[in-house]
Amino acid sequence: MELICPAGTPASFREAVDAGADVVYCGFRDETNARNFPGLNFTRKELEQSIAYAQSKGTQTYVALNTFMRAGDEIVWYEAVDDAVRLGADAVIVADFGLMAYVAEYHPRQRLHVSVQASASNVDAINFLVDAFGAKRVVLPRILTIPDIARIARQITCEIEVFVFGGLCVMAEGRCSLSSYATGKSPNMNGVCSPASHVRYRQDGNDLVSELGDYTINRFPDGEAAGYPTLCKGRFEVAGQYGYAFEDPVSLDVMDHIDGLREAGVCALKIEGRQRGKAYVAEVVSTLRRTLSADSRSRPALIHRLKLLSEGQQTTSGAYEKRWR
Amino acid sequence: MKKPAPTLALGPVLYLWDGPKWRDFYFRIADEAPVSHVTVGETVCSKRLHFTEPYIADVIERLQTAGKTVRVVSLAIVTLERESQYVRSLIRDSGHIVEANDLSALRLLNGRPHAVGPLVNVYNVAAARVLAARGATSICLPPELPMRSVAQIVAGVPEVAFEVFSFGRVPLAISARCAHARSKGHTKDNCQFVCSEDPDGLSVDTLEHRPFLALNGVQTVSHTCQALVGELSDLALCGVSRFVLSPQDCDMVAVSRVYDDVLKHHIDVEDAMSRLHQIYPGVPLSNGFHHGQVGAAWIAHTKSVSLGAEI
Repeated sequence: MELICPAGTPASFREAVDAGADVVYCGFRDETNARNFPGLNFTRKELEQSIAYAQSKGTQTYVALNTFMRAGDEIVWYEAVDDAVRLGADAVIVADFGLMAYVAEYHPRQRLHVSVQASASNVDAINFLVDAFGAKRVVLPRILTIPDIARIARQITCEIEVFVFGGLCVMAEGRCSLSSYATGKSPNMNGVCSPASHVRYRQDGNDLVSELGDYTINRFPDGEAAGYPTLCKGRFEVAGQYGYAFEDPVSLDVMDHIDGLREAGVCALKIEGRQRGKAYVAEVVSTLRRTLSADSRSRPALIHRLKLLSEGQQTTSGAYEKRWR
Repeated sequence: MKKPAPTLALGPVLYLWDGPKWRDFYFRIADEAPVSHVTVGETVCSKRLHFTEPYIADVIERLQTAGKTVRVVSLAIVTLERESQYVRSLIRDSGHIVEANDLSALRLLNGRPHAVGPLVNVYNVAAARVLAARGATSICLPPELPMRSVAQIVAGVPEVAFEVFSFGRVPLAISARCAHARSKGHTKDNCQFVCSEDPDGLSVDTLEHRPFLALNGVQTVSHTCQALVGELSDLALCGVSRFVLSPQDCDMVAVSRVYDDVLKHHIDVEDAMSRLHQIYPGVPLSNGFHHGQVGAAWIAHTKSVSLGAEI
């Protein structure tokens, strides 16, 4: 199985290549991708240099163009596709079927991958994008169990890539407006979720309170580590009970299911985290690389090491295990 | 070509109501509500289908007899084989226009006239053109879309009838996980249909007791009720064909009359707002998405946010 690794900067890109990534994925420094964070992502020049470095090491580069085109400004996304193709991207990762139509029409030989943000969660949905736009691979939404994936894999003609490590969307990806409801900025339109520009921390007695826009997302008593106020991982009150209403502040780790994923027909494993620093990327990529090739005796120690890399956070198998629902 | 005057459409009931209540709701809509189109069926959770199944034929017949155009809705989230089979049979067997709410329905409806619901991501003209070429005759645009985008898309694909989500708590997210069941100590697979206890959603409040969101099974909706009222004339001017009213647990016939009165210029915006507050008390109204702002916000209607100034 291919290991698909994130890079938010040229430095992280090199680290990922050197650490053994089969593929590095990244995006341009604008709203055309879903990690449109300040100080992150690649200029055209940086992407050109990074692709050249990757090619020299036999590593592929995928370019994420996975936000939804703003009406009237489609040219921004079209030019990003043109440039990704011209600079030698091995695949473009696209969510908007308006943009998929552009890729299919103007760059029919370019390898097209369906982004997780497209929410293609079943056989008919995937076949729609394969038939209509020639998609070669689908990144499955994080709402399926491993048996679901195996069943789907038997009935489609394109490859399957899944997220195995890093951040976890609780909601079906590409179908969530929680962030724009609270801040006016959304993953689909702006490439951001719960953006830092709208985050505030405030001391209230002994508690540290985190806010997103006008809303309190969490409250941390003295001594409890204050996590980032991602909306769907906040503490709320539902029917008189206080707690994490949607999901605890966990991250995804399904590396102890890699045999199951392989048997299900998955061809590529993806690491989330283009916003992470290069040291994190290097460590995670090299550990996952070793986990993939390890025998069953040495694998548990590596998986334990990965748990420590999740920043001391709890981890979850998410929807890959049925009981998560 | 001048488009006909816009009309009102009733979206599907998003919440789990018991069967007789659901049936009687539609019977009254058929008899009294000034809406041209009604979309019926379950879109949020496949586990709920059996609640309305015994009544849907009677409901459709009553609505059609009253002269309404009836559409049936597809599921928003399809992961199980059982769910795929349901969508396939719905599309194969339905004599009515189907409203697609995920990509699987779009594939199955290719080449025949169909509607596209608000949960399909149509953010631009190119995406709308893809759907129109495959047979979509109407598209309800995503609720988070600002006016500037609505105007561009409507102008760019004149052969499609566009709809805008104009009343109701906004569907904001959907998950494989059921936060509603979990809030009552269950999981999705053993949910015991506890979402039926909250026919207008279960409030999610901040730790400071401020209402924020509401749970509706696997779906999360806004606490506020999106109410595009002062915006209707601009939307009509730019060519929107229908205004969608999403059923809440309030007098939806009265809601539809308010919107009808606004469209016919029988009442002004202030009157309409005060009537909506009476019909659906205790729920703040919002229109921020339409104005490209925080979705929960209420932007006072002034000339400065009229169509001319915004584009």
